[in-house]
Amino acid sequence: MTKKYLLLFIFQLSYVSAQVYFPDNSGVKSTSSVYQAFTNATIHVSPGNIITNATLLEKNGVIVKVGENISLPKNTQVIDKSGKHIYPSFIELYSEFGIKKAKKNIAGRRTSQFKASREGYYWNDHILSEYNAINDYKYDKKTASNLRNMGFGVVNSQRANGVHRGTGILLTLNDFDNDSKRILSKRSTENYSFKKSSTSNQSYPSSIMGSIALLRQLNHDANWYKRNSSTLDLSIEAFLENKKLPKIFDAGGDKLNTIRALKLIKEIGGKFAVLGSGKEYENLNELVQEGVTLILPLNFPKALNITDPLLTNQIPLSTMRYWSQAPSNPEKVSTFNIPFVFTANKLKSSKDFFDNIKKAIDYGLSSEIALKALTTIPAEVLGLKNKIGVLKTNSLANFIVTSGEIFEDKTVISENWIQGKPHIISNDHIVDIDGDYEILINKKLFKLNIKKSTKRIVAEINRDSIKYLVKSNYNNGWLDITLIDKNQNVFAQLNSKVIKKNSFSGNGLDFDGNSFKWEAKLTHNDHKLIEKTKKEKKKHFYEPVAITYPNNGYGNVLLPKQRNILFKNATVWTNEVEGIINNTDVLIIDGKINMIGKNIPSADNIEIVNATGKHLTSGIIDEHSHIGASSINEGGHNSSAEVSIKDVIDPDDINIYRNLAGGVTTIQILHGSANPIGGQSAIINLKWGESSENMLYENADPFIKFALGENVKQSNWGPKSRFPQTRMGVEQVFIDYFQRAKEYGETWTNYNNLSKKLKSQTNVPRYDIEMEVLWEILRGERYISCHSYVQSEINMLMKVAEKYNFNINTFTHILEGYKVSDKMKKHGVGASTFSDWWAYKYEVNDAIPYNGSIMHNAGVLVAYNSDSAEMSRRLNQEAAKAVKYGGVSEEDAWKFVTLNPAKMLHIDDNVGSIKIGKNADLVLWSDHPMSIYAKAERTIIQGKTYYSSKRILEKIKSIKKERNLLIGQMLDAANKGAPTEYPKKIIKREFHCETLD
Amino acid sequence: MKKIIILLSFISFNFIFAQQTPAKNQTQDILIHNAFIHIGNGTLIENGTLVFSEGQIKYVGNNISKEDVFPLLLSEKKIKTIDANGRHIYPGFIAINSTLGLVEIDAVRASDDEDEIGEFLPHIRSAIAYNAESKVVESVRPNGVLIAQITPRGGTISGSSSVMQLDAWNWEDALIKTDEGIHMNWPSPYSRGRWWLGEDPSLKENKDYLKSIYSIESFFNQAKVYSDQKPKHLPYSSMKGVFDGSKTLYLHASYQKQIVDGIDFLKEQGVKKIVLVNAEESINLIDYLKNNNISVIISRPHRLPDNEDQDPKFTFKTASKLIKGGLIVSIDPSGQMERMNTRNLPFYAGSFAAYGLEKEVALKMITLYPAKILGLDHKLGTLEVGKDATLFISEGDALDMRTNILSHAFINGREISLETHQTKLWKRYSKKFTDIK
Repeated sequence: MTKKYLLLFIFQLSYVSAQVYFPDNSGVKSTSSVYQAFTNATIHVSPGNIITNATLLEKNGVIVKVGENISLPKNTQVIDKSGKHIYPSFIELYSEFGIKKAKKNIAGRRTSQFKASREGYYWNDHILSEYNAINDYKYDKKTASNLRNMGFGVVNSQRANGVHRGTGILLTLNDFDNDSKRILSKRSTENYSFKKSSTSNQSYPSSIMGSIALLRQLNHDANWYKRNSSTLDLSIEAFLENKKLPKIFDAGGDKLNTIRALKLIKEIGGKFAVLGSGKEYENLNELVQEGVTLILPLNFPKALNITDPLLTNQIPLSTMRYWSQAPSNPEKVSTFNIPFVFTANKLKSSKDFFDNIKKAIDYGLSSEIALKALTTIPAEVLGLKNKIGVLKTNSLANFIVTSGEIFEDKTVISENWIQGKPHIISNDHIVDIDGDYEILINKKLFKLNIKKSTKRIVAEINRDSIKYLVKSNYNNGWLDITLIDKNQNVFAQLNSKVIKKNSFSGNGLDFDGNSFKWEAKLTHNDHKLIEKTKKEKKKHFYEPVAITYPNNGYGNVLLPKQRNILFKNATVWTNEVEGIINNTDVLIIDGKINMIGKNIPSADNIEIVNATGKHLTSGIIDEHSHIGASSINEGGHNSSAEVSIKDVIDPDDINIYRNLAGGVTTIQILHGSANPIGGQSAIINLKWGESSENMLYENADPFIKFALGENVKQSNWGPKSRFPQTRMGVEQVFIDYFQRAKEYGETWTNYNNLSKKLKSQTNVPRYDIEMEVLWEILRGERYISCHSYVQSEINMLMKVAEKYNFNINTFTHILEGYKVSDKMKKHGVGASTFSDWWAYKYEVNDAIPYNGSIMHNAGVLVAYNSDSAEMSRRLNQEAAKAVKYGGVSEEDAWKFVTLNPAKMLHIDDNVGSIKIGKNADLVLWSDHPMSIYAKAERTIIQGKTYYSSKRILEKIKSIKKERNLLIGQMLDAANKGAPTEYPKKIIKREFHCETLD
Repeated sequence: MKKIIILLSFISFNFIFAQQTPAKNQTQDILIHNAFIHIGNGTLIENGTLVFSEGQIKYVGNNISKEDVFPLLLSEKKIKTIDANGRHIYPGFIAINSTLGLVEIDAVRASDDEDEIGEFLPHIRSAIAYNAESKVVESVRPNGVLIAQITPRGGTISGSSSVMQLDAWNWEDALIKTDEGIHMNWPSPYSRGRWWLGEDPSLKENKDYLKSIYSIESFFNQAKVYSDQKPKHLPYSSMKGVFDGSKTLYLHASYQKQIVDGIDFLKEQGVKKIVLVNAEESINLIDYLKNNNISVIISRPHRLPDNEDQDPKFTFKTASKLIKGGLIVSIDPSGQMERMNTRNLPFYAGSFAAYGLEKEVALKMITLYPAKILGLDHKLGTLEVGKDATLFISEGDALDMRTNILSHAFINGREISLETHQTKLWKRYSKKFTDIK
C-alpha cells in the first residue's frame, strides 16, 4: 500500500508546473488525463449532506462527480476508501500565509511626522488601499504543511499592516503545482483594521477613535472623488476598484472593537467578515448584523498556573471567567444565528486546533455547525460557495480523508487532497493493536498493554507487578519494543510486522541475548479503553460560570429593574426654591420623581425606604471625566474634531461602578487635551451593565472638547514639531479652523441652494467630517467645553468665539477663571473647575482653591469636576471645599456637583435636582452629603438601583466564592494534564486629559 | 458667620504680615479656653482650657481661670486670652514620608529635587534641598499640617529623611530631627513591562527579584563591617545608624512577599528600628507585623483599589483593620500630586474614620502615631503638659472639610501666619470684583 503511494508521489512530482503552453525540456511532454475515483467512502458533500458507500470522481484537480453508483470512465484510477470518510478541505479566511511582513519604519522616530510620506496616494499613509498582497507573496511550504495537517486546503491571506490593508490573495495549499495553479484569486478580499501600519510613522491616527474617523472620511472621500476630484489619488482609485470584493475587518482581539467595527460597517456598507475576540458571548445582542460574518479565534485561554497565591490574588475574576466561558463562545454565537467561521490563526499545531474545536463541541457546539464554520461559511464569505468548501461537480478536488467522523476523538486525518493532489498527513494503514497481550520471553510470562497505537504508541510491560522500562515504536507496519529490566540491567528486544489486528508475532532477542520467536496473545481487546476515552472526552469540561453584565465580579446576571420607591422622612436637597427640606418623603414612579412632600401615602408595588436621619439628593454629575472609554486623545493632528468618544465608550470599566459607589449618576466623557481642537464628547448615564449605546444620555446636545495652554503646545512632552508651540499659535489654530469652517459652510449652503439642474453641472463640495463638526459649532448646534488654565488664553478664546458669533459653553479646569470672572460672566460661559488642584505644572501656579467661590460670587455658573477616576468617587466632599475655601453656602456648594454641571451639559430639564417630573436619578446618603463621613447607600438612575451599599457586601462574598470555584477547577484541569499558563494581571491604565491615546 | 470671617479678612488685609514670613518666638503666654481639646491620644476634653508659655504646653484640662494658671508660668508676662467659643484645638498634624519642599512644580524639571540618580544612596540628605519658602509648603498649614518628615524618593536606598516644622526662614531653622531615617524601596517580586516601549504591561513574576535582593544583601553586609577606614566610604558610613539603632529604617514595600522578605532580611541584618511604608497588602500580615513590632505607614485612602475585584471602598478600610489589629499606623501621602494634596492629610484621616475608626482614633494617625514613629512623641503629637505648643484652632471637626477652618496655628508657641500666596490672590481678586460692583 505504502509503496503505491510512493510511486504516486514520484509520478506526480514529475509533472509539477505543467502549464499547458510552457515548453518542457525535462523529458517528453506528458499531460495527464487520468481520472481518479475514490470509492466506497462516506462522503460529506457538505455539512449535513452525507452519502455512504459513495464515489468521488476527480480529474485535473476538479471534481467531476460525487455520488453512489457512478459509472467510471475507462481511464480511471480507482482508489478504495472503504471505511473512510471524505470531507471538503477546510478554508482559512484570516491568515498572513506567505506574505512578507511589513517592514517597520524606524527612521525619524524621534520627531513626529504629520505629513504623508507618499505622493499621489491618500493623505494618510495608513490607508494602503492600493496595496496588493500578491506583490509580497511567496509560497511557504512549511506553514502550508502545518495548515494541511489541520485539514485546510485553501487559505485567504493578507498583510496585517495598516488601517486599510489593501487586498489579499486566495490560494490552495497544493505543494505539487506552482502558483499559477495554486492562486485562486490575486485580489480576493479587501482588508481593514483599526491598527496603524508599521511602514509609516505618520502620527495620525494615534487612537482607535482616529482610525474610526479616518475610515469614515475615506469612505466620504471615495464617494466624492468619483465625480469631483481634479487630482489623482491612487489609494482612492484602488479603493473604488475593489469596492465589490468581500471584506475582512481585523477588530484586533478586543471585544469592544468588534462592536465598534460592526457599527462602522453599518455606516460604510458592504459585506464583512470581522475577526472577533473570542469573547463574543459577552455582547451577543450587539453582534447580530445583516451582512456580517464573525471570524472566531480558537485559541481558548489556558488554565492559570496557580503556584503563587499572591499573584493569583491580583488576577481579577473576569480573567478567570474568560477561561471558564470562552470554550462556550462558538456555541453561544451559534444560538444567536450569527454566521461565523473559525480561524486557526495564532494556533501552533493541529493538535491545538482539533483539541479546541472538540472542546467547543463538548461545550455544546454542534459538529455540523463547526464543520460549516470551516467549509461552507468561509466559502460563502469569499463568494465561492460552489467552488470550495463542498464536494460536488465542478468544485475543487480539495478534500480530506479521515478514519472516522472528523471531530471524533480517535479520528485521524490520513490525506489532504488539494486540487486532486495527495498530501499525506498520516499513515492510515496502521492496524489498531490497542489491547492487553501476553508474551513469553525466556519462558516467562509478560503482560503487554498497548495504547494509542494509531497515534503515538504507548506500550507498558509488567511481570509480577514489576514494571519494565519500555521503548516502543510502531512505524510503517512494524512494531519494535525494547524492554529493560533495570534491576538486572538486562534487556530484551522484540519486533514484528503487524498485518492483522490484535495478533502479531516475530523475532527478538531475549534477556540472555539469544534470538527467539515470540507471539503476542490477545487477552483483552481494549473495549474498556474506548469507553474510558468517551469519559475522557468530558474530562476537560467544566460547566461555564454565569455571564454577568458587565462580565466581571460586580456585574449583574440580570440588569436592574425599574422600581417604584417611596423614601420616607429624608432630608431632601432639592436644588430648587424649596432648598433643603427636612422630614420629607419623595416618591418615584416609572423612573420619574412623582411626588415630594410630607406623609405621602404608599400603595401596592411601591418599595418603602425608611430614610430617617438620611439625606436624599439628586445624583452627582461630573462634567469632566475620562472613565469608561478605551481611548481619550487623538493627538495625531492639532485638530481632531472628527473623532468622537462615543465611538470608544468602554461600558465595562470598573470605575463606572466605583463612581456609582460615590453617588455619581451622569458623566461627560471628554476627549483629552493633546490638541487645541479635541474630539466630540459623550454624555452617559452610569447604567452599569448596559451597552455603550444604551448608556448614552438620550437626546443630549452634542459637545466637543477644546484645549489651551501647556498641553496643546506640547510643553511637557512630544518632539516640539507640531504647530502650535506657543499661546500665540493656539489662537491662530482656532481662527484658521473657524474661518475655514465658515467658508466650508458657505460653500455647502451655496451648493445646496442651487437648482437641480445647476447642481448636476457643478462639482459637489468635498464632505469633510472635521469641518462639518466645526460648522455645527458656528451654527450653535454643538457646544465647546474648553480645557483652560491661565487668564490670557481664557480671554482669548472668548474673543475668538465672539468674532465668529458664538459662545463658549464651558471652560473646564479654568483655574485662573477667578481673574477674569467678570469677562466670563459677560460672555455667559460656565466654569467647571477643580476644588483644590494646583502646582502640577507651571500654568497652575496661580491656581487657588478659592477659584470656585470667587467665580460663583461674580455670578458665573460654577461646577466642580474630577478629571480623575479616583476623585470622581468623592465629588460630594469636593463640593464641601467650596464651603471651606471662600464660604459658599452649603446649598449652593452642593449645586456645584449636581445642578450646575447639569446646566452646563444642557440636561437640567431632566436631571440635576429633585423636582417633580425629572428623572429619578437619586442618591441616598448615610449622612450630610458633603461630610467626609457620608457614604452613598443607594445610587439610582431612572428608578433603577445600580448601586447599593448592602448589596455590595453580597457581591464581595460571591466574588470570593466564585474565585474559589474557578481556581479549584483550574487546579483540577492542570492535574488532569490541561495546558496552563502563568497568570498575568493586565493593568488598565487610568486616563487623564494628558493620556496620549 | 462665614461672611463675617470674609469681611474681617478684607478689613485686615492691609495689616496682614507678608506671607511666608516665619513667626517670632513666643514672648507672650497664651490661654485658650472654652474649647474642645483633641489631645491626640484618643481623648477629647469638652469645654477645656489650654495654656502655653515659651513654646511649651503648661496646662491642658477643664476650664480654669486665668489666675489659676499664673503659678504655672515662668514669668509675670501678660497672658493673651483666646476665647475659643466652642471651637476645636488639635495638635499640629504630622505628614510622614512627604516630599514637601523638594519639588515646587511637578512638570518643571528645574524645580524637582526629590530623586537622585543611583541605587544605594543613604548619604543623600533631603534636609538641605528642602525649600522653606515653597508656596506648596505654606499652603498646607492653613489646614493644620504643621510638621513633616521630608523624604527623598527613588533608587533602592533613596536617602535620609529629616523632620521639619513648616514655618521657617531656611531648612536649618526648620529642622526638628536631622537625618533620622533611611528609606529603602524593597524590590518587587512582580514586574510589568513598559507599555510605551511595546512591552507586555501585565503584572507577572519578576525574574530579577533574587538578583536584586543579592545586591541589597551585599550592600548591607559590607556596610555592616565597614568601620570608618580610609578611603572613607560615604554610603557605608551613613548606614551606621540603622545598625546601632540611632536611625530608623523605613522599608517601602507593598506586596506581601515584599513586606515579609524585606522585614525578615532587615531583622537578620540586625537593623533595630524598622517602619513599614506604603504597605498595600499589610492587612493580611497583621499578626506578623505585630509580632515583629513594626509600625505601618499605610497608603492614603484617596487612591483606586489595586484590582478590579477589590471592594470599591477597600482603600478606605485598611487603616481600621490595622489599628484594630493592634498596630501603630500613620498615613503615607505619597502618590499622584502628593505635595499639593498634603493639605488634604486631615481628610485622609477623616476618610479612614468614615470607614471603621472612631474619629479620635483616626486623629491619632496624624498626631500621636507619627510622632511615635519618628521618635518625637516626647515633644510632639499630643497636647500634653511639657510638650511643644504646636497646635491649631479650628472652627469644627478638622478631619472634615466642611469644618476644617483654622483661625490660629502655633508651632512651638509661635503664632504662624495662615496666609499664603493663594489667600493673597483670593483677597486681591475678591476685592477687584467687589470694587467693580
